[in-house]
Amino acid sequence: MPYILSLVTFLPLLGALAIFVARLASRSQDAAAPAARWIALGVTLAVLAVSVVLVAGFDPANTGYQFVEFAPWFAGASYHLGVDGVSILFVLLTAFLMPICILASWKSIETRVVEYMIAFLVLETLVIGVFTSLDLFLFYIFFEGTLVPMFLIIGIWGGQNRIYAAYKFFLYTLLGSVLMLLAMLWMAHTAGTTSIPELKRFAFDPAVQPILWLAFFASFAVKMPMWPVHTWLPDAHVQAPTAGSVILAGILLKLGGYGFILFNVPMFPMASEMFRPLVFTLSVIAIVYTSLVAWRQTDIKKLIAYSSVAHMGFVTLGIFSGNDQGMQGAVFQMISHGLISGALFLCVGVVYDRMHTREIAFYGGLTNRMPWFAAIFLMFTMANVGLPGTSGFIGEVLTMTGAYRASTWAALIAASGVIFSAVYALTLYRAVMFGEITNPKLQTITDIDKRELLLFVPLIVGTLWLGVYPGAVLDYTGPAVEALTNAYRVAIGG
Amino acid sequence: MIDLSSALHLAASEATLAVGALVLLMVGAFAGDKSTRLVSLLSVLLLIAGAVIAITGPWGQAFNGAYVADPLAIYGKSVIYLSAAVAIILGDGWMRRTRIAKTEYPILIVLAAVGMGMMASSGDLISMYVGIELHSLALYVLAAFHRDDAKASEAGLKYFVLGALSSGLLLYGASLIYGFAGSMRFQDIAAFAVDNPGPGLIFGLVFLICGLAFKVSAAPFHMWTPDVYEGAPTPVVALFATAPKMAAMVLIARALEGGFGEAHAQWSQVLVAISLVSFAVGAFGGLAQKDIQRLLAYSSIANIGYALLGLAAGTSAGLQAMLIFMTLYVIDQIGFFAILLSLSRSGRPIRRIQDLAGLKKDRPLTAVALTVLSLSVLGMPPMSGFWAKYYVFGAAANAGLWIVAAIGLVASVVAFYYLRIIKLMWFDAPADEIATDKAPAEAQWIGWAAAAFSFPLVLGALAWLEPVTKAAAAGFGNG
Repeated sequence: MPYILSLVTFLPLLGALAIFVARLASRSQDAAAPAARWIALGVTLAVLAVSVVLVAGFDPANTGYQFVEFAPWFAGASYHLGVDGVSILFVLLTAFLMPICILASWKSIETRVVEYMIAFLVLETLVIGVFTSLDLFLFYIFFEGTLVPMFLIIGIWGGQNRIYAAYKFFLYTLLGSVLMLLAMLWMAHTAGTTSIPELKRFAFDPAVQPILWLAFFASFAVKMPMWPVHTWLPDAHVQAPTAGSVILAGILLKLGGYGFILFNVPMFPMASEMFRPLVFTLSVIAIVYTSLVAWRQTDIKKLIAYSSVAHMGFVTLGIFSGNDQGMQGAVFQMISHGLISGALFLCVGVVYDRMHTREIAFYGGLTNRMPWFAAIFLMFTMANVGLPGTSGFIGEVLTMTGAYRASTWAALIAASGVIFSAVYALTLYRAVMFGEITNPKLQTITDIDKRELLLFVPLIVGTLWLGVYPGAVLDYTGPAVEALTNAYRVAIGG
Repeated sequence: MIDLSSALHLAASEATLAVGALVLLMVGAFAGDKSTRLVSLLSVLLLIAGAVIAITGPWGQAFNGAYVADPLAIYGKSVIYLSAAVAIILGDGWMRRTRIAKTEYPILIVLAAVGMGMMASSGDLISMYVGIELHSLALYVLAAFHRDDAKASEAGLKYFVLGALSSGLLLYGASLIYGFAGSMRFQDIAAFAVDNPGPGLIFGLVFLICGLAFKVSAAPFHMWTPDVYEGAPTPVVALFATAPKMAAMVLIARALEGGFGEAHAQWSQVLVAISLVSFAVGAFGGLAQKDIQRLLAYSSIANIGYALLGLAAGTSAGLQAMLIFMTLYVIDQIGFFAILLSLSRSGRPIRRIQDLAGLKKDRPLTAVALTVLSLSVLGMPPMSGFWAKYYVFGAAANAGLWIVAAIGLVASVVAFYYLRIIKLMWFDAPADEIATDKAPAEAQWIGWAAAAFSFPLVLGALAWLEPVTKAAAAGFGNG
């Protein structure tokens, strides 16, 4: 199929148009809501199907870009799409999480359903576009474009303090990425091309590399988010609706890590080597400090948000370790965190839909009334801690192996973060789940229903499968990562 | 020496407009205000005819080099005339609804268009000054067009006094340049400046730039802009924000690159300084505004800074970037003002930003259009405003103005006041229960069309606009 990447990228946009048409054809917003839900679900499932076909047709042994589409555009840019072993997995992850998000919003979103579904489908197009674009400016357009639907999702359907959170999210990330735009203009000017594969082969002047590296770093570090520019994340997560949090943690944060792998490491290897101590320092601070901060949270969502920052610390450790294990582990950790954090936010959504509060102190003893939910929450808590047998374990072990080869101290301190993550995760679980029900409002709480169970099943399967058989991911990323790290070692002369 | 008939042939678009305006003035004088509609219609047709004549007309120099018809002038004129025509369409309905319709409104705009055409085509200091004064005088009257409104009178007076001051600066500079170079023609000045860019000439040049900066409302010569934008009738502001800005930018390109191409290092510094101050004033000044039109005034100050940055590059790519920027900006501005004109609550126009609250509920399509336009002016990809800035920053960066481009980009984030418009429309509930009135069709459609151009049509239009502006920039001086 020659245009399969364009199809998988723009199919959600077509779905958004279909919902818009359905809205025009019906009398009122509310009348169009069921149609909007079903169209959104159908389209996201179709995207999933197409991306499965995409993965099936992908040749992991080939380290080049595949399914490439190219057409010249204006302003020296071009419409250039393609996937390699790393980006194809992110396309799949996005396509996988989106139907879950739509289902999770099935009942909890009751106002402006049409716009909500349109925003999600547009977001899906933009995110997949980021992972498939191979042109500097096409990448930038998709990357920046994701801000707008997310701004609206947080601002319209979020919690009480949603406007502050939406602004903070928007401005933080926008400020980060304008510097990236400037660097892109410089690169296009110097290298005379906007093609990412060609730029990867272009040897940038070692004297300029640090500046370009920092410009990209500013953008992706905010997106990741790395300490100390992570403060927008807890606000955004707490205020966003459940599905918004799932997308934010599951996919949007990965744009930062993907950007590091796409730009910083291959294009500016000297600078990556030079700034490794900086990245490692920030990463271990993120791992230890935000784990401790997470421990003291009183809001369940905020706790999970801080734990996301800590887990992203492992990703940056892995990416900038400059070796195969670290890089593989970073990609694996991102995929795995996409599943686990998505599931954890869904768990919060389950209790929030019933009780409309996220205060940890409000809950307690839920095992008595919600045995199924308790089992599922336990499973993902353990995966978040990195229990062997779950995907979280593989990601942490690989990134720490990689980091150990680059810096013993960083690995040592990061390992202590694993302990802290067990502390806050188990504290949360004990406070919410165990003991007797002391809050009378919880006496009538009901266990999860079939729709909610359906949301969790694919995530459970994915987490356990990747935990037992990590080759499912590593076989795809392996050749691409190896090519990347080999080029990196050659470039730094090691 | 070119004879008069071929000179008039070259200047056919201005000649047509000038004669047409005089004829329409007679129609208006004899038929009275009941002919307003007809005069408006004819004025629009006249302006479109002017654009067509300019596009299809020959290239060359007329009146001993005072008038130049080259691709740059022709491109500028077509944008100027067409946006002036849109301002007439927008104004006609509005004036009749507010019962201040007069036949003078379209005629004054046509006369201003003649002046703006002269500015775009001026080849020496005299035709430059005549063009500026012709369009300014018409604009002063237009600013105070709502004569029973105190704020409009204030706007007109303020604009006039400060405009006269800027004309004085400009004339002083022009006289110094003439005194030192010994010629009025930009070509001769350029030839003189090659071996002799002495302090006297530079001194005159700086005064000239100050006078022109006044006309485009670049900081620190922007003081009149917020007041005039606030006080003048909205359709008149729609005109102020579009055609005269384009005309003045083309004129600045003409005077600086045509007359002082060799002194680029000197004027580039001045333009960079003006750009930087404009970024800052536009970005920070807009943050605290409550009146939409004042907000748009600050937005225009910042945006003119971006356009000037393209010129400061001093390259053909920079000139092209300025043309693309101004074209896309003009379309965005037309959209903004058309939407403002299409909104009113119980007969009162919407003036405070707060009044936009909950617009999504009343007017979903208009809210979408205004969102697209706001994001575009903010510079979010893939809207047209992003591409406008992309070309400007690309040209500036290629010319080595890295630091300025970086500051400009950061300033574009500071100017997040457009987000407030989006927030009000989508996140907030309406302040009161009064629904918006039925929208006038022409303003609504123009607003929607401009938004549709901003995204997604721009992606197709740029593929066409890029070679056209490139040819216009490259053909500069080939008259």
